[in-house]
Amino acid sequence: MATRRVPLVLLACGSFNPITNQHMRLFELARDHMHRTGQYQVVGGIVSPVSDGYGKQGLVLAKHRIAMAKLALQSSNWVRVDEWESQQQDWTETVVTMRYHYGRILKEYEQSTGTHIDSDIDSSDSSSPRPQLKLLCGADFLDTFEVPGLWLYDHVEEVAGRFGLVCVSRGELQPERAVHDSDTLSRFRQNIFLVKEWVRNETSATEVRRALRRGQSVKYLIPDSVIDYIHQHNLYTEDSERRNKDTLLRPLTKQAQEPVKSLDD
Amino acid sequence: MEDHNVTKVVLLCCGSFNPITNMHLRMFELARDHLEETGQYRVVRGIISPVGDAYKKKGLIEACHRLEMARLATEYSDWITVDSWESFQSEWLETAKVVRHHYEDLLAAEENNDDVDTVKYAKKRRIEENNFEGSSHHKRTDLPQLMLLCGADVLESFGIPNMWKQEDIAEIVGRFGLVCITRSGNDPHKFIHQSDMLWKYRKNIHVVREWVTNEISATHVRRALRRGRSVRYLLPESVVHYIQEHDLYSAESEQKNADVVLAPLQRYTGASSS
Repeated sequence: MATRRVPLVLLACGSFNPITNQHMRLFELARDHMHRTGQYQVVGGIVSPVSDGYGKQGLVLAKHRIAMAKLALQSSNWVRVDEWESQQQDWTETVVTMRYHYGRILKEYEQSTGTHIDSDIDSSDSSSPRPQLKLLCGADFLDTFEVPGLWLYDHVEEVAGRFGLVCVSRGELQPERAVHDSDTLSRFRQNIFLVKEWVRNETSATEVRRALRRGQSVKYLIPDSVIDYIHQHNLYTEDSERRNKDTLLRPLTKQAQEPVKSLDD
Repeated sequence: MEDHNVTKVVLLCCGSFNPITNMHLRMFELARDHLEETGQYRVVRGIISPVGDAYKKKGLIEACHRLEMARLATEYSDWITVDSWESFQSEWLETAKVVRHHYEDLLAAEENNDDVDTVKYAKKRRIEENNFEGSSHHKRTDLPQLMLLCGADVLESFGIPNMWKQEDIAEIVGRFGLVCITRSGNDPHKFIHQSDMLWKYRKNIHVVREWVTNEISATHVRRALRRGRSVRYLLPESVVHYIQEHDLYSAESEQKNADVVLAPLQRYTGASSS
């Protein structure tokens, strides 16, 4: 009896400010890679833009970021946008967003198979393997695990250990190095899938915003429909880039052991 | 109102376009921004000129497909066009001859006060300017300057023995001009410095730095297609569909011209005796 592939959903969390072709490439590369392992069947992709409470500089309103992501993914038959995270009042820890989505995925799975899963332990019934959810990220994301105050250890353990990571390397960044350098990540390395992107293609949303502020072309870096939307709503300007300028990133204040003083002190 | 010191520019890009990718299209956008930011130029049109089948490059599929993909890719551009003249030549043509041909096209269009191109923007402007200047029999001095648009690799290929005729390089760079898109890792300035000819015409070479690395090569795209991997978001959706519909890039198509010497090398190595 051939073992069945594990159904897999890929979740990408981030600002998507704005969504770029590169974000969508990450999904394509990750799906190809996971299929090549022979163990997984990628059944869906979720783009989950962060909420306005994140406090990142230049972050435009979630409603715009959602609208742009929807336009960009109109032509995709497997990646969709989910608004849950962006609609939360406060910034949500990535692990909380993962739990929410995994809960929904399991519910759908139970309904479709007529089974009930009452424990977190895999029942190892290989005839119909339980779906999995993994976090899709760029290589720079791995480095954030090492930024003091950005992640709680338990959360890293749950994201990397319980769920798993699919990490697409870009340019000259070395995700192998990041995993090696981190004791936490190397503990879970069997659950961290590193995808090598051979084409250096590093369109960052920061570069896109910079070009837009300077009146330069961003055509072919982001979909035409998104460009039209940005112009229609005059989204990225010098003013918009100053949003949250002197604000601390919400994860840093929310997870801090002691109250963090403002930068002006 | 327009400054009369602003020179109109037409950008010509020659290559295989096998297939056209977002990177090719980005080159045009980057070049236009760069030239216009100098305040000296206004880019009125871009021309994509796919090489003919006689180029004999490995894996080069029929020109009709490469042309169609380029047309699909530029459907939503209001200034980049595709020209089939080079593609339809039965023999491989030196780039200098292609540049000359397009320059003559521009001259003819000006002399006839005729709208050869169909780009709305350029067309509209030309009509405005004709009204302003009236019917003059004098030779127009605002003829657009034609520049060859290329990546740093083309600039560096000037140094490969038997790839280029020296007088062709002189003509392209000296008479017309070059816009060269460069990425981190390339140093075109050093290359220009090391070539006496390029140094002589350095004022005609516009080096554009691409800050966002975007190395989508057509070779990579073909490789991914052969291996059944996704190429989405590397090329326009319409081109991806066209490739799938016509089943264009396979292990077999990659073997085309596998043992054939590239036409320019054939021509300049003295292999032809007649």
